[in-house]
Amino acid sequence: IPALQTRRRGQLAALSIAAVVIVVGVPLWWRTTETYRAWLPFSQIKDLSKLQLHLSADVEVVFARGTLTPEQQKKLPLTQTQDEEHAVDENTVLRYTHEIKYRTATIMEEEALGKPTAAEADLSLHMLSESPCGSSVVYVIPEVSSLLPENVKVYIGQRRTAILRINAEMRAGKTVEQLLAVLKPQIKQVLQVMSFSHTDITAALSDRVRFNPGSKESMTHSMRAFTSSPGYEITFSLLNPDPRSHRLHWDIEGAVQTYIQPFLTKLSPLANFSIDSQMLHYAMLGVNPRYNNDRGAFILHADSLAHVINPVEARLGSNAASSNPVLNFLLYVPDAQHSPLYIQDHKKMDVPSNAFHSPRWGGIMVYNVKNLYGPEAEFPVNININMAEVMGVFLTQLRLLVGMESSPPPPGFLVAPCGSVGLADWELDRLMWSRSVENIATATTTITSLAQLLDQIGNIVINDNIAQQVSSAVTSVQLAVAELEAGNLGFALQYSKETILASEKAFFDPSLLHLLYFPDDQKFAIYIPLFLPMCVPILLSLLKMASEARRRYREKQAKKD
Amino acid sequence: MAAHRCRYLACLLLLFLSVILVTMSQETTLGHEQHELVIRPLHSGDIYASFQFRTVWETDFMKGNKVSHYRLFPKSLGQVISKFSVRELHISFTQGYWRTMQWGQPFIPSPPGAELWVWFQDSVTDVDATWKELTNVLSGIFCASLNFIDSTNTLQPSASFKPLGIGNGTTDHRFLRYATLPREIVCTENLTPWKKLLPCGSKAGLAVLLKSEKLFHSSFHSQSVHIRPVCQDRQCKSSSWELRQALNVVFDLHTSGQSKREWSLFKMFSRTLTEACPLASSSKIYIDVTDNPQEEQFELSPATPLLSQAVVLGDRRTFSVYDLTQQVTFGTVRSLNLMIRWKSSEGDMLRPLLHAERYVTGYGLQTGEIHTLMYNNHPFRSFPVLLLDSVPWYLRLYIHTLKVISKGKDNNPSYIHYQPSKDRERPHLLEMLLQLPPHSVTEVTVQFERALLKWTEYTPDPNHGFYVGSSVISSLVPSTVAMETNITMEQPLFSSFFPCKEESSYFARVYTEPLLVNLPTPDFSMPYNVICLTCTVVAVGYGSLYNLLTRSFQVEEPNPGLAKRIANVIRRMRGVPPL
Repeated sequence: IPALQTRRRGQLAALSIAAVVIVVGVPLWWRTTETYRAWLPFSQIKDLSKLQLHLSADVEVVFARGTLTPEQQKKLPLTQTQDEEHAVDENTVLRYTHEIKYRTATIMEEEALGKPTAAEADLSLHMLSESPCGSSVVYVIPEVSSLLPENVKVYIGQRRTAILRINAEMRAGKTVEQLLAVLKPQIKQVLQVMSFSHTDITAALSDRVRFNPGSKESMTHSMRAFTSSPGYEITFSLLNPDPRSHRLHWDIEGAVQTYIQPFLTKLSPLANFSIDSQMLHYAMLGVNPRYNNDRGAFILHADSLAHVINPVEARLGSNAASSNPVLNFLLYVPDAQHSPLYIQDHKKMDVPSNAFHSPRWGGIMVYNVKNLYGPEAEFPVNININMAEVMGVFLTQLRLLVGMESSPPPPGFLVAPCGSVGLADWELDRLMWSRSVENIATATTTITSLAQLLDQIGNIVINDNIAQQVSSAVTSVQLAVAELEAGNLGFALQYSKETILASEKAFFDPSLLHLLYFPDDQKFAIYIPLFLPMCVPILLSLLKMASEARRRYREKQAKKD
Repeated sequence: MAAHRCRYLACLLLLFLSVILVTMSQETTLGHEQHELVIRPLHSGDIYASFQFRTVWETDFMKGNKVSHYRLFPKSLGQVISKFSVRELHISFTQGYWRTMQWGQPFIPSPPGAELWVWFQDSVTDVDATWKELTNVLSGIFCASLNFIDSTNTLQPSASFKPLGIGNGTTDHRFLRYATLPREIVCTENLTPWKKLLPCGSKAGLAVLLKSEKLFHSSFHSQSVHIRPVCQDRQCKSSSWELRQALNVVFDLHTSGQSKREWSLFKMFSRTLTEACPLASSSKIYIDVTDNPQEEQFELSPATPLLSQAVVLGDRRTFSVYDLTQQVTFGTVRSLNLMIRWKSSEGDMLRPLLHAERYVTGYGLQTGEIHTLMYNNHPFRSFPVLLLDSVPWYLRLYIHTLKVISKGKDNNPSYIHYQPSKDRERPHLLEMLLQLPPHSVTEVTVQFERALLKWTEYTPDPNHGFYVGSSVISSLVPSTVAMETNITMEQPLFSSFFPCKEESSYFARVYTEPLLVNLPTPDFSMPYNVICLTCTVVAVGYGSLYNLLTRSFQVEEPNPGLAKRIANVIRRMRGVPPL
């Protein structure tokens, strides 16, 4: 009996030790070695992976005097909605809505449309009322109007207005519905130019949706522009490889003020731009241009242009003060021994601007000065660079790199020249549409991949500030999507910029890396010497007890039988 | 006490406040450029070559207008200045220690390793954050480990480092940050970005001589960048920025000269000069021929008729000048290869008026004592020095043991600024204003205790020891000749770095040796050993306790003998019942 009692006591002791280890030890160990992971809105992030973008824009169609019969005027509907839906891939759906409002022209507008030229009419219509960002106005004028030249059907102004001429046969003896049906494709065509177009928006989604590469042309086209960023640094560099013969002077301050600054001021809702310039001496191109005897000039062929940039880039210097992408514009004045220098394209024709651009990098222009001085000139020659010529080229390149394409307008369209600012209002709108969509697409991919990463790797610490950034990014995405749907382009862009900032900040936060590389084998090396000798006796005695209990149970069963 | 201290401070400010440095400029808005190389044969037989490149940029950063168009001034530095609102920036990288006893005073002194001191403009609100960001950016620009500068090695000296350029009134040391990295190794990767800042790069002018394989094969190499605002004209109505890039190198000719005492540009730099940088408004080589008026010591070829005298570091020196902007300098061969042939073999030892040394005494790994010795070799004049000592927090100074003794007597400092350290936060800072009696040695001693670091705080090679940065001794040393105080006069670059206020003395800064101190260093496999050992002990103790608690003990039958057991085994094999 005492033997049985001591046995019983031993079992109780083993059980209580096991209980203490399980109740106190394991939770304690778990709590002290846990990595801190703040709560993330995983369900909302999951919703983001399915993106339904709804873009809507207001369009006003204004009928001038003489385009509608009084009867038609009476029956003119107030609004009409045009809807389009595209499924880009299984997770992304695009919907475009144009809210078209019809009305007849006011007296003041009639007066403005009576101006002798379209440009003047455009200006005075703009003075009458300023249409909000993202919207557009189409004025329908009768064929008798002398506003547009003979073969021009549509004039697209510098602001957000277009003037559309309709033919007499289009409206003769028709009901309003028929007339509008005839007008509809034309208005759609105008909106394709002035407002968002499907190609633009799908191109902006490239970060999210993987398209099968189309033609080489469209590839280079989509790769040209810089991706959306909250800021850009523009650097103008004057490369003088031969300061011994040429002493160059350029009035870059004045040129930037005159040519570049108005353009950037107009672009300021999109991003912040900062400009600087530098002069680099003894900076050579990476290739030796070939001398062409017939021309008496040096030729840089298009094939070798790819090798020009790298050696120069080392001299340009990175931007120390910010991490925004840099747009480089280089003005290269060839040295006296290698002048003049011309760039030839693939067809062996001279490039008229003597300049080329490199996608997402910048542009280089070669500026020949050989003809500015005679052979008897005394070195070094003082040379003043004609900044109007240079800045014209750089501004064109800047437009391309920022993402403004100058695809030819459809036949019958006349697009007003972009004027001193270098940018029409509707061009800015187009850019804002595609940038908002691009920002939303990038931010959603960033957030979802971050959430995926955090989900997969349990070792990553998630601090409160990261959780906060992620939450604010998610809220901003939702707001941006809602604003796009409501047609408030300005707010949509603002929110999309906020979301991209917040999501990038969360994604690249260094605190995510702290414990990422704490390998499991080291952990076990530390745990085993403590845990193995402690746990083995507990486990063994528990097993022993269990087997004993089973044996007793069986004996009981046998007795019962 | 407070009033007392104020007076000392005022006195200090009077002494060390730098005066307005006026620099005349000849050219207009573009800025201008001066290049200069000074070669001085040293008494020890070595050759000291000092390059200075100076760019002046007439623009006003101070008034807050954003300047972003760069011509001669390098864009990277300009952006740093305007982004971080820097008023003055001094950075130096040095390999080797300048031996003041043998070589005299350098034109621009610098401590071994990297040194950075910056005055920020008073518009900066969070100086510490700006400083942190600035060091990170600079470490990128110069490819150096300046990103290791943090609060544990950053100081705010109250008096030793005053602005060298014009100041707009304030010299509030809240806007000053000073840090040294004595461990920093300087090599080619630091020289390349430094050369890139020059307008001609290393393509033309004096900079073609800067070949890294020769420059780093020397006893001493130091390169520095100094940016400060200077006056544009005498009235000082508008300021401009001055960028000085200096490179000092001392060649040891005994080891590289095959026992022949002669050198040439080609031997030193493996290049000769063919032209000046076309952007430089002046480009000159000065050779110090003061000790060689009749060519009794060495012979210089090609000879130059141009001689110039300049007062530099309290001494009037004579220089042979080669003007690289003149075509005649290069002669008929269109190349300049300066050559010096020594005639006499030995020079006598120098006795610089001020020099200093520092060492650690004591044994064991618990306590020690830092000794700083300052020598005044002037026969009859005493002069004031400011001693700046910065000691890392892991050497805990016992400030009550601080003793200053000159000529066997206590020398009471007239000003002491001491900032105790905080563990893992900031270093000790000790600044003292002392009067050095004539012809004396002044010894400053202070005891310290070595702290035990956390095991992650040790460097990768902890048994090498831990560096303690050089002490800085700033002083107004009596001059033997009248110093040039006419600041409007055009001076060569090497004599115009430190502004000079009075004729009778000149400003000199001396750096002592950095210290290398051993700290108690554990065996680094120890943590794991400790874990294993304690775990085993715990497991053994726990195991026996567990056994005691859970086992039941019974008296056991005595064991059958070995013979009986073997017999039983055999019997079992035979199929017979056991015994």
